[in-house]
This record gives sequence, C-alpha cells and structure tokens, in this order.
Amino acid sequence: MITLLPHEMDPEEAASSPSFDRRQFLQFLGCGIVVYFLDLDWIPAQEARRPSRDEQGLPSDFNAFLHVGEDGRVTCFTGKIEMGQGIITSLTQMIAEELDLDDGHVDMLMGDTDRCPWDMGTFGSRTTKYFGPALRQAAAEARAVLIELAVEHLKVPKEQLTTKAGAVQEINHPEHRVSYAALTKGKQIERHLGQAPALKPAKTYTHCGKPLRRRDGLEKVTGKAQYAGDIRLPGMLYAKILRLPAHGAKLTGVDISAAEKIDGMKVVRDGDLVAALHPLPDIAERGLAALKAQFEQPVAKVDDNTLFQYLSGFNPEGETIAQSGNLEKGKELAASLFEETYHTRYVAHATIETHTALVQVQGGKATVWASTQRPFGARDEVAQVLGITAKDVRVITPFVGAGFGGKSRNLQVVQAARLAKLTGRPVQVSWSREDEFFHDTFMPAAIVKIQSGLTASQQMSLWDYHVYYAGDRGSATFYDVPHHRTTSYGGWSGAPGTHPFGTGAWRAPACNTNTFARESHVDLMAAKVGADPLAFRLANLKDPRMQRVLETVKGRFGWVSANSPSRRGQGMACGIYLGTYIAAMAEIEVDQKSGKIAVKRIVCAQDMGEIINPEGARQQMEGALMMGLGYALTEEIHFKGGDVLDRNFDSYQIPRFSWLPKIDALLVDNPEVPAQGGGEPAITLMGGLIANALSDATGARLFELPLSPARVLKVLSTL
Amino acid sequence: MIELIDFHLNHKPTQLRVESSRRLLWVLRTDLNLTGTKCGCEAGLCGACTVLIDDQAARSCQVPVGEIKNKQVVTIEGLARNGQLHPLQESFIEHDALQCGFCTPGMILQAYSLLQSNPHPTEKEIRQGMKDNLCRCGPHQRIVAAIAGAARGMKGEKR
Repeated sequence: MITLLPHEMDPEEAASSPSFDRRQFLQFLGCGIVVYFLDLDWIPAQEARRPSRDEQGLPSDFNAFLHVGEDGRVTCFTGKIEMGQGIITSLTQMIAEELDLDDGHVDMLMGDTDRCPWDMGTFGSRTTKYFGPALRQAAAEARAVLIELAVEHLKVPKEQLTTKAGAVQEINHPEHRVSYAALTKGKQIERHLGQAPALKPAKTYTHCGKPLRRRDGLEKVTGKAQYAGDIRLPGMLYAKILRLPAHGAKLTGVDISAAEKIDGMKVVRDGDLVAALHPLPDIAERGLAALKAQFEQPVAKVDDNTLFQYLSGFNPEGETIAQSGNLEKGKELAASLFEETYHTRYVAHATIETHTALVQVQGGKATVWASTQRPFGARDEVAQVLGITAKDVRVITPFVGAGFGGKSRNLQVVQAARLAKLTGRPVQVSWSREDEFFHDTFMPAAIVKIQSGLTASQQMSLWDYHVYYAGDRGSATFYDVPHHRTTSYGGWSGAPGTHPFGTGAWRAPACNTNTFARESHVDLMAAKVGADPLAFRLANLKDPRMQRVLETVKGRFGWVSANSPSRRGQGMACGIYLGTYIAAMAEIEVDQKSGKIAVKRIVCAQDMGEIINPEGARQQMEGALMMGLGYALTEEIHFKGGDVLDRNFDSYQIPRFSWLPKIDALLVDNPEVPAQGGGEPAITLMGGLIANALSDATGARLFELPLSPARVLKVLSTL
Repeated sequence: MIELIDFHLNHKPTQLRVESSRRLLWVLRTDLNLTGTKCGCEAGLCGACTVLIDDQAARSCQVPVGEIKNKQVVTIEGLARNGQLHPLQESFIEHDALQCGFCTPGMILQAYSLLQSNPHPTEKEIRQGMKDNLCRCGPHQRIVAAIAGAARGMKGEKR
C-alpha cells in the first residue's frame, strides 16, 4: 500500500510542526540512505526562478530526494503533485525498476513544501520527461550504495552481487542474500548524485513498460482520499467571498448589518476583500447572500458577439517562431493558393473540484492545505501577503481534483491566508461553481490566419502562418514545406487589457488552437484538390514518427481512401506536442435538423517514446480525447464585458456519458526515444479532427470552434 | 427550525439535532465529518454529491436534511460492508475507472442506484443512466466498463 505521508499526518500535528532545518530533516527521515538529486526540469526552465536554497540550510545542488528507510521501504520526496494524471503510479514504477523492489514498497511524498525540495510546478507533461530520468538515476545510485554495503555484509566482491526483490544477493548463490532493510539498519548515509551508475537496459525491465494499476484507486473508491476541502481543524471557519459582478467593477459600498445578525457569523471587510465566515459552510453562504453591496461597473466594451472584431483592434508584437525559404518563391511555385482565418473561443478548465485552500496562521507561521499545481508558488504568495518569510509557510498538497493548468493560479490560497490572519482562526476558502467560472483563467480566444500554396503536383510550396493570442506552442508546421514562416502574436496569458478576464494555460496550451487551424487547413487543401486527406498528408511529410502514427491509426480505424467529402463523416488530424507524436481518426453523425454532432468512434495512436506505464498512458489519452470533445463541440464562455455569463454546468456543457464514443487508444512502441509526456498531446487533435469529419460528412466546413449546433445549422444552410 | 432527526446513516441508527432546512451535503461533510461526499456545483447539475437515500441515488446538495427522517442514508464511506469492498468499488479499481477521483464517490453511488433498478444494463443504458454525473478527466469509457463488469460480477459472472 502507498502511504502519502502529508495526507495521513494529523492536520493539527502538521499545523503545529515547524519548518525543518537540515538536522531536523535527517531526524525526520530516520536511518537509511538518502540520495539527493537534481530534477533535470530544473535546467534551464527552473533556474531563473530558483530561490535561495540555503534558507533551509539544505544542500543547493539537488531538488529531490530518494530515501531508503531501515524498514526497506523507499520514499520519493518531490514537489510534484497528483491530480489524476497518474504520476504517483508511474514514478513508483521507475523507482521499483532501478532498485529491484516490489512496487508496494515504494512511497511517494508529494507537494509538501516543508518535506520536499523546491519545484516549479506540475504542468506541461514534464514529470515523466524531465523528472523521470533524474529519479531513475537516483534510484540507481541508491542501489549502488546498497551493493557497497552488502560487500561488507556478505563478504563478497561487488562484481558478484546483484539485487532482487528488495535484497542484495550473490549472483551465483541467490540464497546468500541480505535485505535492504538489514543493510540500512542503524545507518545514516547521505549521497549526492554525481556521476550516476548506468541505468538498467530496457530489455531487463520488470516494472517499466508493464501496465500497473493506479496506486490511488482504493483511497479514491472508498472516499478516504483527501482533498484540500476535506481537511478539518478545530475552530476553523468557512469563508464565502463577495464576488464582483464583473471583472473591472469596483465595490463602492456594502451593508453588512443583516449578515452580522446571523448567529455565529463573522463578516470581514479588508479593502477589496469582503467575506462572510461561519463554522458551517452553508450558513456562511447565507451570510454572503445577506450582504448588500453596491458596485460601479464599467460599460462593456466587448461581448461574445463582437469578440473577434474587438481582438482585431489590438496589435501585439509578432515573434517569428520558424522560418525557411522565401515566401514569394513559395507563392510563385504554387498552382493554387489558399487563405483562411480560424477562430477559437474562451474555454473554462471546469475541474469538478473548485479552487480550495485551508490556512492556519499561528505564532508567525502559516500552514496551508491547497488544491494547487504550484505548491511552492502558493508558499511564496502566502509569505508575501502575510509579510512573513517563505520558510515560515508550509504548503501541503493533498490529492488535487484535477487542474489542467487552472490550478496554477493560487488566488484562493491568498484569500484564505488573508482571512486567516484577519480572523485569527483557520479559514477554508472553497470557491463556489460561480466563483470558479468567474475567476478562471480561460483558454484564450484566438485567431489564426493561414496562407498556403500547393504546386500542380499537390506538394505544399507555401505556408505562412500567423497565430494571435493562443501562444506559439505547436504552431510551427511539421509538414514538408520549402517556403514557410510561423509568427506568433501575444501569448496565452494575454497582455493586460486584451482579454476582459483572466486567460492562461489550458491543457496543452496554444496547441489546441494551433492544431485545429493547421489540421483544418491541410484538410481543406486536400479537399479542394480532390485528394484523399491521408494520402495528401503522407505525401507532404517526411517525418517517420508521424508516418508511423498515421499508419497505425489507419490500420485500426480501417481507413479506406476516398476524396472528401466522402459523406462517411470520417476525419483525421495529427500533430506533435513537445516531443510526442499523435494522430487520430474519427467517425461522426450529424443531425441535419438540430445541427448536433454525435461522435461515434475515435482511434488515436501516440508515440511518446519509451512508455513507463502503458495503462496509465492509455488512460491519459482516453481522458484527453473525451475532455477534448467539449472544446470541439460545445464549450465556450459567454460574457458581456467582464461579466462571465456562464455560472454553472447548465449553460456551460462539458462532455457527459451520453456523448461517449468508442475510443481506441493505441501506443506506438518506440523505446529508442526517451520517455516523453502523455497527459496532454491527444487533446490537441479534437478540434481539427471533428471539424474535418464534419466537412467530410456534409461538405460544409466550420472555421470556428466550438462546432456548436447553431454554427453547424448556419453553415449547413449555406450549402 | 431546529429539529431532532432520526435516520440510519451507513447502516447505523443516528440522531441529529439540526436546522432541518440545511442541505444534507453540508451536514454530512461538516457536522458528521463524512468528507467522501463531494461538492461540485451546489445546483444538482454535476452529481459529485450523490448519496443513497433508501437505496436511490440523490443529490445531497439539493436535499434538506429534514427530508431524511426515518430513512436509510448511505454515503461512499458506508458502501463497503464488513471490510469487503462493494463489487462496484472493486470494479472501478480493476478498470482504473478514475483519475483525479473527485467525482468517483458520486459515480459509484449513482451506478449502485442504476444497478438497483436495472441489474443487467446494456452499455447504452449505462451511458443513459450516468449522463448527469459529470467528470472532467474523461475516464468515461472505463467507468462504463467498470459498471458493466460489476453487474456481471454481482451475477457471479466474470468481471
């Protein structure tokens, strides 16, 4: 069984235990071997934000630990968090592999800023790719130390020793063995990972590459798994915070008298922060409802009808992302030219767990339980707002009820910290669904303009690609075009004043927009010249990894070559996301009366390099495809100025069981390439995939997401 | 109005002295510290707060606690009996039919209720019966398989 130490720790005990210094940390670990190592993700991305490490008196040349305890159990300490993506399982497999250990003897201690070294955050499909290799090296180092200890213990030279099932044994006399527990008993050994011993060759793997069931399953099916909102402290108050009617509005006055009359209600006003607090969350809500506030609201400059006209009024600076050849030459070579504009809209993260935090401030120190993808970011923000040092703040991250980039923002943690300080009581802030929609950092609305050209022999000669506001990730084309240029204007966080509310990273940021635009446009060219979309793609790309994922999908899907529109309702899309290759084909049905699209089946193939947990990888693919149905078909934020009109799951429709297509998630074996990320890639295909299937079904193409019934009906009426 | 409410909670007789208009969800999560029941929308739209009332799935965010008088309430904490997981719980684990896990308790109790009224559902009936329980991570296909597997298991067939 897994033990998630921060979760299991009694909250009261955790709140009263101070930050560790080095001596206390070793005391906490107890006897055994500790290997300090450096997460490769640190370089170079984390380097810029690296805080001073000596504040805790800990060594500065590592950012993770691996500990072999004298009970023979191995614990990994990492600032990464588990939000459903399954790293609690895949990281376990890596440790078990290098240490020849049963996976049941591996524990993960995650996202506790006092127990785990600094980490930038959990996002961007980076854990397996960057953290994984470093973790494996640390495990290999621990194994080397264990073998050294065994040399003395077994009186056998190390060349004659090997490891198996949590013990070191003689190669030729396996019965002559000593367990890790016996080797570490009473010893305290510290190692810094320098030149790591060689990792195991893939052909000898007994854990990696084999499916392993989720390690968090039992806790999650029994209700025992704790999330930030499940932590209880004596005397705690639940806060409900007054929300502005719109972003940009100002609070001009508030009458708290009615709220204060409610038994046990505390009302706090601190500048812009007004909250009703009560020992019961539902009664706190009554307090909030009883507040009589006046606001000044600016005139709305934009709504969802005028959005793209409004966005066209900004002229963010362009950055050239990729370039080759000469665009004029490409134009000259073209027998046909294509010019189109693609639009995508604001999309919410809409995790079922809303942003939640519990903060206790006591004796100049703060303890925080937060649903966050950035525990160390939360720590620094709490320190700042409370005016204390970061080492006096401890952030504990229980299970996170999904993130998708939305929980990189820690506003709820800051709110709870302010209220905890003001009331002198532990305070939980758990956003209502309405708060969640209002404060969300949406996937930005974006515009993509593409001009392209094809030669008489259907070869791409020109690709001039301009993406506004989405971000540049995945914008450069992988098709084989001699004359191309990709320019990105404004990133996903948006320059201040561009968007009427917050925008930010949304699962596979930028890449959903860029893949929709590119794959729609490629399909459009194929259709215009009467080519089969698969043959057209294969004829215009040289990358063998892309060819392979396309061929894999073709085989399972049973793609029969046909010119589009074939009226079969079949479409495809492919892409590369940070080193992972993906392709998919789908079959849809369009209800001509209602404009509703029903996706019947999806086949998706993914080449993510070496695969650690094939079951985990497939889960991520299936989940990404299912989630992606939302931004492809229904999800868009309606708004008027800074007023977010969608408040709950009635007007904002996310995918549900009745939408479920038959999903086939295929993994393309490619152990030559180191393990890449798998949490995001598949979702990037969904917009282009369904738009292309719609075009194939009806002959009508939509250049804007989502492919809502209203838009489908409108485009069908133009046929 | 403060009332004395007698009911069965997770198979045990329970008595509460509470304001009867308060929603069952919050009484469970705070007064009774049963935090397995989650809050996702507070509007009966997502199903994260699903519990069983007399073996029927109910949205506890919509149920005034006064309405559970003399009824049997089962939360996710009470589904396993005598240390034995319910076949649905086992099947969710076996199928990896969850990711972040936040909607999972509601999913399992909704599925329980579905199997009560239809012990042998087709996949289509499962999709229909589960359609108002929302999940953002997307393991829907695995959840359908897990429910179908549990239904077979409860008949004594292979999951």
